[in-house]
Amino acid sequence: MSNKGVLITGGQSEMGPLAAAQMRLASFAPYRWFVAAIIWIADKLGLRGRSLVIAMPYLWLLVFFLLPFAIVFKLSFSEIAIAIPPYTPIVSWVDGIYLRLQLSFESYQLLFEDSLYIKAYLNSIKIATVSTLLTLLIGYPMAYGMVRAPKQWRTTLLMLVILPFWTSFLIRVYAWIGILKTKGLLNLLLMNLGIISEPLTILNTNVAVYIGIVYSYLPFMILPLYANLEKLDGSLLEAAADLGCGPFKAFWTITIPLSTAGIVAGCFLVFIPAVGEFVIPDLLGGSDTLMIGKTLWVEFFNNRDWPLASAVAVLLLLILIVPIVLFQKFQERANAQSA
Amino acid sequence: MHENKEFYPWLDAKQKPYIQIERVTKKFGDFVAIDNLSLDIYRNEFFALLGPSGCGKTTLLRMLAGFEKPTEGRILLDGEDVSSVPPHQRLVNMMFQSYALFPHMTVEKNIGFGLKQDKVPAAQIKKRVDDMLELVQLGQFARRKPHQLSGGQRQRVALARSLIKQPKLLLLDEPLGALDKKLREQTQFELMNLQEELGITFMIVTHDQEEAMTVSSRIGLMINGDLEQVATPSELYETPKSRFVAEFIGDVNLLEGRYDGSGEFGLTMVCKESDSAIQSTQRLDVAHGTTIWAAIRPEKLEISKQRPEGTPNVLKGKVWDIGYGGSFSTYHVHLPNGKAMTAVRANRERSLEKSITWEDDVYLSWAPKSAVILTD
Repeated sequence: MSNKGVLITGGQSEMGPLAAAQMRLASFAPYRWFVAAIIWIADKLGLRGRSLVIAMPYLWLLVFFLLPFAIVFKLSFSEIAIAIPPYTPIVSWVDGIYLRLQLSFESYQLLFEDSLYIKAYLNSIKIATVSTLLTLLIGYPMAYGMVRAPKQWRTTLLMLVILPFWTSFLIRVYAWIGILKTKGLLNLLLMNLGIISEPLTILNTNVAVYIGIVYSYLPFMILPLYANLEKLDGSLLEAAADLGCGPFKAFWTITIPLSTAGIVAGCFLVFIPAVGEFVIPDLLGGSDTLMIGKTLWVEFFNNRDWPLASAVAVLLLLILIVPIVLFQKFQERANAQSA
Repeated sequence: MHENKEFYPWLDAKQKPYIQIERVTKKFGDFVAIDNLSLDIYRNEFFALLGPSGCGKTTLLRMLAGFEKPTEGRILLDGEDVSSVPPHQRLVNMMFQSYALFPHMTVEKNIGFGLKQDKVPAAQIKKRVDDMLELVQLGQFARRKPHQLSGGQRQRVALARSLIKQPKLLLLDEPLGALDKKLREQTQFELMNLQEELGITFMIVTHDQEEAMTVSSRIGLMINGDLEQVATPSELYETPKSRFVAEFIGDVNLLEGRYDGSGEFGLTMVCKESDSAIQSTQRLDVAHGTTIWAAIRPEKLEISKQRPEGTPNVLKGKVWDIGYGGSFSTYHVHLPNGKAMTAVRANRERSLEKSITWEDDVYLSWAPKSAVILTD
């Protein structure tokens, strides 16, 4: 294929490790077949050049999002069974001549009958909302401070925000157990300072969950806000001051409205994953911390009720689609305005 | 225009200056942006700060607006020291080079912003905004956002926004920089009319000398953080104080020579380009042999094929290049020693045949009163 030709012309005498890997990949028969097959299919569909490039993300979405979702969606209409896999097929042959489509709505019925699930959904949304607001309250001043910091400092500050990602998420959440537990760092510090006399019970409560979520998702709030605030034209604030607007009021009438796009992006980036968060409530929350991600886990792995777990997942997605669509709409509007 | 109205308050000792900049110095770290500068500006003046980039003109403007505090010295506005008054409490408004329109507000809201800060009742804001919109001819664009306007319209919104509070002083930072030439010239005249109509003192910063000459009552030419010369446009052009001023404002031919005492007209100067001494009507009080310069504007140089009579100042040269500019032609003449001179001649007669052409031997001459003798 042309693909191979292009890669080889790069020169074989002095090849970097990346180019060498590309070479090996290009000469790897299944890869070439795969690329050839995609190009052939695209060609048959009338996709060439630019449309082929645009088709790629859609293909990605199809393979890694829509297909798995279709499988989960199908699963949610099955019934639980003691088998491997642990559910009944929804399509089966009866008497060798009838094709039977059997859709069970039992899982969905259960979702609405047992108040546990509704409570879990509502509680997840509540925890995600409160956490998002807290993250915004903490993240906005941080992003603002970073933008206002001397230029030579900004790269370092940005690095510091990203730095936690270099450690495993799981380990960082575990570390919070060490900080928050009864004889943990925080309690020892507060008691030694004489602020409290009895250790505080933070671990395994909702407070710990909030701390965990806010801590974990703070960078997702700071980064879009920083990117947005950095673009803010300083002369606008000068113009506001020139027209008689004090610094505090200028912040509310100019800076905040002009950073709405950053605020919205940050809030969605925190809210959406926070709703389905599983690890944090599992490790830091208590037995009464009800979150939908944890419920899903329990149904899937502890109760082995795959259909019910799938129904929970489908409903979760439906709930999240609303803010995602809102976010899309907002982005489109913001783009149209800045163009 | 001001000249017609005999508007020369700076010549009147009884007039009190409206804005007084007193021995102001501004340092950024070790860098001295403004160096011990003093300047008086009078009510209703249209004052232009002109200078090459980095001369400190924008810093001076920003100090007047309150965005920068003077390191030393003080600024008085209508007799009151405003040196440390923050920008939002000064009765000075500024029109920004980038216009700095609030992108999330409509044209109306942008223009009314200043009044809203002063807690003016909504009905009154509405009326004044409408008046302002009419003044800048943007009535039908009141509900638009800045990004839906053209460059020229944005410029008018910015102007309206800075004028609506009727400031004691309006600062304009390169206000026409982003407009094309035609629109620019048109807007220059509109600015002058507005200024006269509203009776607000204007101070404009520009690097465009033509713009400064057209709009202003006086020009302050800045270099290295200080004022080199403050004068009316015609004074600045006809009687520059130094070679820097002469070269910055318009084109000029400079001849270097030595003072050779007084002569028939005023003074004489010997220079290597001319066999006979150059005569000028100016008088100088300097020692014999002091280095001086004769500055002659291209349009004051006569160019002819015959040796002209009636002036002692004649140079011989060869036409090197001719630039045809429609209403005038520019002749580049090389003197025998290689020095290039520029002469401009109006094309008064409609003729495609040129009397003077490339490689012609020509005489350049000027009257003793046409050149300015400079000592700096």
